[in-house]
Amino acid sequence: MTSITKPLIPLVSLPKNEIGLTIRDYEGAVSTLCAGCGHDSVTAAITHTFWELSTPPHTIAKLSGIGCSSKTPTYFVRGAHGFNSAHGRMVTIATGANAANRELTYIGISGDGDSLSIGIGHLAHAIRRNVNMIYIIENNGVYGLTKGQFSASADIGSRLKKGEPNAMAPIDPVLLGLSMGATFLARSFSGDKAQLVPILKAAAAHNGLALVDVISPCVTFNDHEGSTKSYRFMREHEVKEIETDFVPIRKEIHKSLDENDATEVTMHDGSVVRFRSVPAGYDPYDRQKVEEYIRERRSRGEIATGLLYVDESALDVHELNNTPEYALNTVPYEKLCPGSVELAKMMTSFR
Amino acid sequence: MEPTNDRDPNYYHKVVDCQWACPAHTDVPGYIRLIAQGRFDDAYMLNRESNVFPGVLGRTCDRPCEPACRRARVDGSPVAICRLKRVAADLRGEISDRLPAIPEQKNSKRVACIGAGPSALTVANDLMPLGYEVVMFEQFDRPGGLMRSNIPEFRLPAKVLDDETQVILDMGVDIRYNSPITSLKALLEEKFDAIFVGVGAPRAKGLELPGRHDEDDTNIHSGIDWLESVAFGHVDKIGRRVLIIGVGNTAMDCCRSSRRLGGTEIKVMARRPREYFKASTWELEDAEEEGVEIIVNHAPKRFLLEDGKLVGMEFDVLEWDEGAVHSKVLDTVVVPCDDVILAIGQENAFPWIERDLGLEFGEWDMPVVNEVTFQSTLPGVFFGGDAAFGPKNIIWAVAHGHQAALSIHALCSGESLDDRPALGMDISSTKMGMNEWSYHNDYNPSPRQKMVHIELSKRFESLELEVELGFSAEQAAREVQRCLNCDVQTTFKAPLCIECDACIDICPVQCLTITDNGEEADLRERLSAPSVNPTQSLYVSAGLPQTGRVMVKDENVCVHCGLCAERCPTAAWDMEEFELLIPYAVDSGVLRIPVRRAKTKSEVGS
Repeated sequence: MTSITKPLIPLVSLPKNEIGLTIRDYEGAVSTLCAGCGHDSVTAAITHTFWELSTPPHTIAKLSGIGCSSKTPTYFVRGAHGFNSAHGRMVTIATGANAANRELTYIGISGDGDSLSIGIGHLAHAIRRNVNMIYIIENNGVYGLTKGQFSASADIGSRLKKGEPNAMAPIDPVLLGLSMGATFLARSFSGDKAQLVPILKAAAAHNGLALVDVISPCVTFNDHEGSTKSYRFMREHEVKEIETDFVPIRKEIHKSLDENDATEVTMHDGSVVRFRSVPAGYDPYDRQKVEEYIRERRSRGEIATGLLYVDESALDVHELNNTPEYALNTVPYEKLCPGSVELAKMMTSFR
Repeated sequence: MEPTNDRDPNYYHKVVDCQWACPAHTDVPGYIRLIAQGRFDDAYMLNRESNVFPGVLGRTCDRPCEPACRRARVDGSPVAICRLKRVAADLRGEISDRLPAIPEQKNSKRVACIGAGPSALTVANDLMPLGYEVVMFEQFDRPGGLMRSNIPEFRLPAKVLDDETQVILDMGVDIRYNSPITSLKALLEEKFDAIFVGVGAPRAKGLELPGRHDEDDTNIHSGIDWLESVAFGHVDKIGRRVLIIGVGNTAMDCCRSSRRLGGTEIKVMARRPREYFKASTWELEDAEEEGVEIIVNHAPKRFLLEDGKLVGMEFDVLEWDEGAVHSKVLDTVVVPCDDVILAIGQENAFPWIERDLGLEFGEWDMPVVNEVTFQSTLPGVFFGGDAAFGPKNIIWAVAHGHQAALSIHALCSGESLDDRPALGMDISSTKMGMNEWSYHNDYNPSPRQKMVHIELSKRFESLELEVELGFSAEQAAREVQRCLNCDVQTTFKAPLCIECDACIDICPVQCLTITDNGEEADLRERLSAPSVNPTQSLYVSAGLPQTGRVMVKDENVCVHCGLCAERCPTAAWDMEEFELLIPYAVDSGVLRIPVRRAKTKSEVGS
């Protein structure tokens, strides 16, 4: 917590986006998280993402559950809709909201405790349903809000602040997603906005559940020597072979020479995700190979980051359920509830 | 880029834009904080240390600090620095016990000052505490020089000027009024150890047009001479219709004085369009508020006389090209008038300096003066103020006086004049506790306070009635909070940084970036917020421990709110108060206690 709120300073030199807003318009309240928390950098990356995409704040819905991570939505896009739900239930609320109004951009912020322990069942089914949303896991390997016990994502051998090593195998959200049939899987690091922002933009453009696992160090309980989720550990073990650019639909695409051999994926809305400097033989469409690649990196003690897997051909929750193409909350009452005469007719048809 | 050397006093000095722009390098944020604390005596003394005449300058300064003020880059209006200086001067109490002690035992060195204007008085102010005997020759019967003769009393009350000049004379200056120097040669024969020439730029520029010298009466006046006659009471009226030729600050003083001496139809005639005027914008506004008409694109052609009496002036009406370089004449018009005041500038004149003394004169018949030591080519003769490099402002004259005093002291001590004492700096943390600072770090969105003027209906009753009423207590309290405390510096310790980005994310003006090092032009391309002002420095840290990248700070728009230091988990950032230590002549002899650390009487008592 700071002694003052971040002052709104009307700098004339602050640039504006396509809808005339400055980045300050995409901020929220001042963070009450610990100074240096990785989550605040994720907040900043989200702020940049929506500002650069010129997303109107009122078309964004931000949701969260319980935990340090779940405080994040307070800190960005103050003009957006928000819902702070029960522990592990962020995605259930998001699913319901998305069912009622498919026209908003949904961004859910969760943590490793919220998503990989109490909420893992909901996460698995949301992946199966392919709910159209950005699902961020701010992953720090500990329960920060209860003073630093291991979470389900802690690596074997990783040590607590007082020295105890972890003995249980970690749940890797990306591998979990691969096995559950996720259609967009990425991993990034809060200390690297240059990578995280393009990934979040691609996630916003993806039609379906975009799961982004962000290693976000807990500066208070998990930033020491022996931790595998510290700033220093990430800087020493992160492998950024899969670099991605996001090319918005409105921008003209200029290809430079070294981009000619890049792999491009056209997203649902027409924008393009471009993979460059991809390792030889890497195929972001091939579920099996991606899994092998991640496991192979993991066995070497390395953390593969980047947009790791994408499938733009899959159907999202609305297409799977054949719902109308407009928001259900705009359906007129008479159509939603046609009356007893219609009901009687329908009942007759079942006889 | 190489890591920034923030131990060089000039690095942080440049961040304090107002202080950097001020010729005398007044510690502006320092005295504004003192005003905020109600410590007016301390604020006054801090001012006096560098600019000697806070009361005078608080009313008349040309304010080079204000266009430089960081606040203007944030919300368009600079802090009213000059007006706050006046607040300190108006509200101060007795300060005589805080002035330097004058030694009874003199050091047997005698210095002559020619003129009793701001530069010469500054020389006396700096040398008297060292035991010098200063003899000051003044042509009039009162001290002040152009501060007295050229600034009308409705802008600068005589009492304010008297107080601040008397303080210096009371140090024991041997002031000799009504003693114009007519020969430097004769003065040199009196064997002074040093002579300081502070005679200003006393001659008005002429305008030789047909009819200039044909009148029987004298209704064509030269600006500074006329102001001088008004100041000393020799002139107390003027015709109803007055034309002022020229639009400098002297012209503004002439037209407003005319308004008080009987002029009712006053026109300021300018050759060029408004954006090329020399007068400060606020002086133009003040004149227009008093009903003075400012007419552009009129070039004077000739004076019109009837029976030896001035009846009007003929002007060419001009049309200028872009940039106002070339003009063409559209028309010729006659403007009737009773008096004309020529205020097209002033220049130096040294008829009393013999040219065979070894004192070289250069271009435009100006003495050759060293820009650092202020010594002429005749050793022991120094120049300062307008006499040195032509007409400037009071604050420049004061700055010259300080430097000349340093030179005179070095000369009299047998030291080299070229070995100037170095600037120093003090810097110390303002941290008082967890997210607590010894300065007020929150950004205050108040707009610039407007100076209240005396009502127009009362204003012209007398020449002495001061127009600006000064800030009220409430206005002063609001205005001080607009200062961004640019002297409370963001200091960075690279080895402590864990590159968590917290400072970058919290910065309200996006002035921080962590990136790979590069050349300055390249780095400026990669900043978080676009670099819009290449004249402001980039702070570049040493390589950071984890990635070897560097922390870059664009000093241009930092508002010194301290949030980077509040969010930093490792205290790599700190907010440290910077104090520029400017050497003065007295520092070599007397122990100087910096004003801000000197306790007030009440503090000592408790």
